[in-house]
Amino acid sequence: MSGTRTGRISGDAAPLAFNDNPAADARQPRSVPAGTQSHRLSSGGQIDRKQPLGFTFDGKKMVGFAGDTLASALVANGVKLVGRSFKYHRPRGILTAGAEEPNALVELRSGARREPNTRATTAELYDGLAAQSQNRWPSLRHDVMAVNSLFSPIFVAGFYYKTFMWPAKLWEKLYEPAIRRAAGLGKASGEADPDHYEKAWAHCDVLVVGSGPAGLAAALAAGRAGARVILAEEDNRLGGRLLSENGEIDGKPLAEWLAGAQREIAALANIRVMTRTAVFGVYDGGTYGALERVNDHIAVPPAHQPRQRLWRIVARRAVVAAGAIERPLVFPGNDRPGVMMASAVRSYINRFAAMPGRRVALFTNNDDGWRTAEAVQRAGGTVAAVIDSRGVVPEGCRGLNLRLLGGVVSEVNGGVDGVRSIVVRDAGGRTQQIEADCLAMSGGWNPNVALSSFHRGRPVWRDDIAAFAPGQCPPGMVMVGAAGGDFSLAACLREGHAAGVDAAKDSGAKGKAGAAAQGEDEGFAIKPLWHVEGGKAFVDFQHDVTASDVKLAQREGFESVEHLKRYTTLGMATDQGKLSNVNGLALMAEATGRNIADTGTTIYRPPYAPVAIGALAGHHRDENFHAWRLTPSHHWAAARGAMFVDTGLWKRAQWYPIAGEKDWLESVTREVLAVRNGVGFCDVSTLGKVDVRGPDAGTFLDRLYINTFSSLAVGKARYGLMLREDGLVYDDGTTSRLAEDHYFLTTTTAKAGPAMQHLEYCRQVLWPELDVQLTSVTDQWAQFSIAGPNTRDLLKNLCDPAEDLSNEGFPFMGVREVSLRGGMRARLYRISFSGEMAFEIGVPARYGEAMAENLMRAGAEFGVTPYGTEALGVMRIEKGHVAGPELSGTTTADDLGLGKMMSKKKDYIGRAMAGREALVAPDRQVVVGIKPVNKANRLRSGAHVIPRGAAPGPDTDQGYLTSVCYSPMLGHWIALALVERGRERHGEIVRAYDPLRGEDMEVEITSPVFYDPEGGRQRG
Amino acid sequence: MRIACPFCGERELGEFTYLGDAAPKRPSAFAADGAEQPDAQDLFFDYVYLRDNIAGDMDERWYHGGGCRSWLTVTRNTTTHEIKAVGAAPGAGAQKPAKAGATS
Repeated sequence: MSGTRTGRISGDAAPLAFNDNPAADARQPRSVPAGTQSHRLSSGGQIDRKQPLGFTFDGKKMVGFAGDTLASALVANGVKLVGRSFKYHRPRGILTAGAEEPNALVELRSGARREPNTRATTAELYDGLAAQSQNRWPSLRHDVMAVNSLFSPIFVAGFYYKTFMWPAKLWEKLYEPAIRRAAGLGKASGEADPDHYEKAWAHCDVLVVGSGPAGLAAALAAGRAGARVILAEEDNRLGGRLLSENGEIDGKPLAEWLAGAQREIAALANIRVMTRTAVFGVYDGGTYGALERVNDHIAVPPAHQPRQRLWRIVARRAVVAAGAIERPLVFPGNDRPGVMMASAVRSYINRFAAMPGRRVALFTNNDDGWRTAEAVQRAGGTVAAVIDSRGVVPEGCRGLNLRLLGGVVSEVNGGVDGVRSIVVRDAGGRTQQIEADCLAMSGGWNPNVALSSFHRGRPVWRDDIAAFAPGQCPPGMVMVGAAGGDFSLAACLREGHAAGVDAAKDSGAKGKAGAAAQGEDEGFAIKPLWHVEGGKAFVDFQHDVTASDVKLAQREGFESVEHLKRYTTLGMATDQGKLSNVNGLALMAEATGRNIADTGTTIYRPPYAPVAIGALAGHHRDENFHAWRLTPSHHWAAARGAMFVDTGLWKRAQWYPIAGEKDWLESVTREVLAVRNGVGFCDVSTLGKVDVRGPDAGTFLDRLYINTFSSLAVGKARYGLMLREDGLVYDDGTTSRLAEDHYFLTTTTAKAGPAMQHLEYCRQVLWPELDVQLTSVTDQWAQFSIAGPNTRDLLKNLCDPAEDLSNEGFPFMGVREVSLRGGMRARLYRISFSGEMAFEIGVPARYGEAMAENLMRAGAEFGVTPYGTEALGVMRIEKGHVAGPELSGTTTADDLGLGKMMSKKKDYIGRAMAGREALVAPDRQVVVGIKPVNKANRLRSGAHVIPRGAAPGPDTDQGYLTSVCYSPMLGHWIALALVERGRERHGEIVRAYDPLRGEDMEVEITSPVFYDPEGGRQRG
Repeated sequence: MRIACPFCGERELGEFTYLGDAAPKRPSAFAADGAEQPDAQDLFFDYVYLRDNIAGDMDERWYHGGGCRSWLTVTRNTTTHEIKAVGAAPGAGAQKPAKAGATS
């Protein structure tokens, strides 16, 4: 919104009449029940009286019009009380007409769509809208917690910290829940949000934020010049304060000029208008966050449409014309329902044709507030009095027939039904009572500096406007008009135009921007009035922070503004202190004897406007939380009823249950036995796969791995281990040499992405002189491990009979391309993770599903069994092969029993650092096997290894169980573990201590290779 | 934040991964004559762990993993996040300087 002040009222406008008898108005639709909208003006405003909209507030049926907000409809229906305050449960009414509203927070909608803390002032009315007041029980009018107000002397700043200190353990269980119940806001539905949210990017030359006179002038200038413009407006229509004021631009009434400007903008294809879009944050490199409320103005979004859309707008330049926010005055009773911002009174009258009161009193310390008196009179209301703390009538208002009282409002009488009267105190202390049902207040205007301050820009205090103006803006941004601290209509139009011209030029647009529109250059005079003594005067309405709380904070030593904020909670409510911060700073400045500039502001952080978590998440929720990767045989496995496990982004078949099996253990045991006694296969396509090519490929791999690959024969595979540069193990896998200058490298599933990044780093940054190229082919190959004594028999059925698969023709660790029956080519690798006679077969990924079916056919006569990652894991533990739990980022090659692989003849990543004292210490924890002494016992991964008879503790801890399984071959549970000096302790009995499960058992340290330690089976 | 990748153009931060200071140069465990570097551990300790914490312009390694998989050298002001220059790592891109005498 823009705080522009516009020209004088033309004298010929006839006073408007109250809509006391709606039936008398011919345009009033019949469907509107008589007696409603008691405070609606019979003409004027930007509402459509032909479109009545029914709504309920706390169950009470009311009617408003299209164009209303919930707040304006409530004002039109004469509703004064809309909520209860956070701490004292004081009755509260509508205070503002905009996004800064601290009081009129409601729960909107019902069921899963219930949305707490919605500002009634920004909620557009729709037919059937249901709103509930918050923070009251049993009802808004009779709230039992209002008793808090009686105890208000003890509910001062810091009360909770001081009172609920002891005993501390009760805080979480008792105090905090109780306090939250008593001092709450609305409640979330607790159900899943049924609506969709999406995220989008937009790019432009010039982003214009706000569509008041300054924003419109900027958009028009930049648009005419030919720049790509986005005009973002938080409201549902363009115009900003022009919608709420009277006056002229270029000699035309505001509404007429606005209509013309809108037509011109619509005709310019290079201007994109985004209404209902609040720019809430400024990020690096000219990126702006904005929230578009696409379908908040209707009950349920249409099918396939989002409720809200989160925008990231990339703009070369930004012209921020975010306007200003009127500041409340701090005086006793300033929070009574019926006390309203003066600018809001004008908005309700001029924009919404809703009269906040019949007898309106005005309390101001500046010229601008007087405009509300004009608006009330023009609309046919009575101005009970104007109380100006300066005691003078501004130049332009001398012609008005108004009762001026110099002094201050020292008391407001009224209750849940609003203001009844006010007490005015003059400089001599004399008081008089004035009857009024609405008190408009104006304490001056605060430029809306938030967007200029998100990059640590510090606003600058200006005495002439008694407010903070923007300091250093983020790169590419300018603030113009009221947001920049220049409140006159002429200044807004002039600055907006100039900024639009400048921004367009900067983005290379060469067209003509035309001339700036002309408006009145009215002055703005203010004499600050920070506080009226005499009773509970609210600074932060939403958090119930009073002037005396600020003073108390100062007395107790919380003088810095950041302390003030945290001690009193000033500015920490959902409105983020849009109304309260400057008043709080001013009071602190007064209390400490400093000036406001020296007192400073708290740090501004986004978001400027509330952003729902749902909007930030967008579509990334539930099953779409992240992308899935499916293995080439996924659908085949799913059709067989496989259970899947998430491994990173992958879904991998974990086991394949068959009818009659009672649990996973039974299925997994069956799969292991089927492999060890026959043949089985498993999709291992998730392993990272990298094609390494070039004359220097071997040298490259030698520098990457601890062992040597340049010496590997063509047609052979070798297990390799990589370290990090700090000497600890990074990743492992087999690498095959397919040709002199062509290797096929594999990584673990988890490290596939990071390892590729690491390899590219080594190639591009460390050793650019090597002639080698890397290609990730993880997704290109479907790869299956085929394992078990019948593997060769299965492969004979699968491969061309000419292929020699004998031990001589295809030895252990051999690799070559083979022809399958039918002529298709495949890569065959004789490598084994299970310890059985095994091959891996690779075919292009699109044949993955067909290959699974072919493996079933080829192995049918041997009872071939597909197995999942669990059986894979069991077999590798039985064989003592290390995997993720052992490659934990804390182990060395020697810890894993692979120290002998470390070449002494060459440099490689991690070589030097692996020799550090602590990494070669003899008491390191190394990989061992663990068996329970009582073979009936189940081992648990994570259990700690401690000596027999020792008290468990950090001093006696000697390691832990890393991988645990039930071994079908041994008939009991086994584990791999990292144990101090483990290699020299085979046969020793220690304890596996698991305090999480309350278990403590004796176990034996063994060799990590439980099954076929000679390795004869895999070589057979 | 947006980074102008020399191969892909200006892209959003989410496509990139940050590594750190581009200044440290990896030492070798062997000297030029093929003998083992006696102070290799000290040299590598500096390389792995000792980093300057620069407030101001800094050359950094970034990886364009969401794009062309190139390693980039990005000159960034660490206090303002302003990016002043973006260059490719020596071995980045399809065009790689061929080694003398190499055929490929």
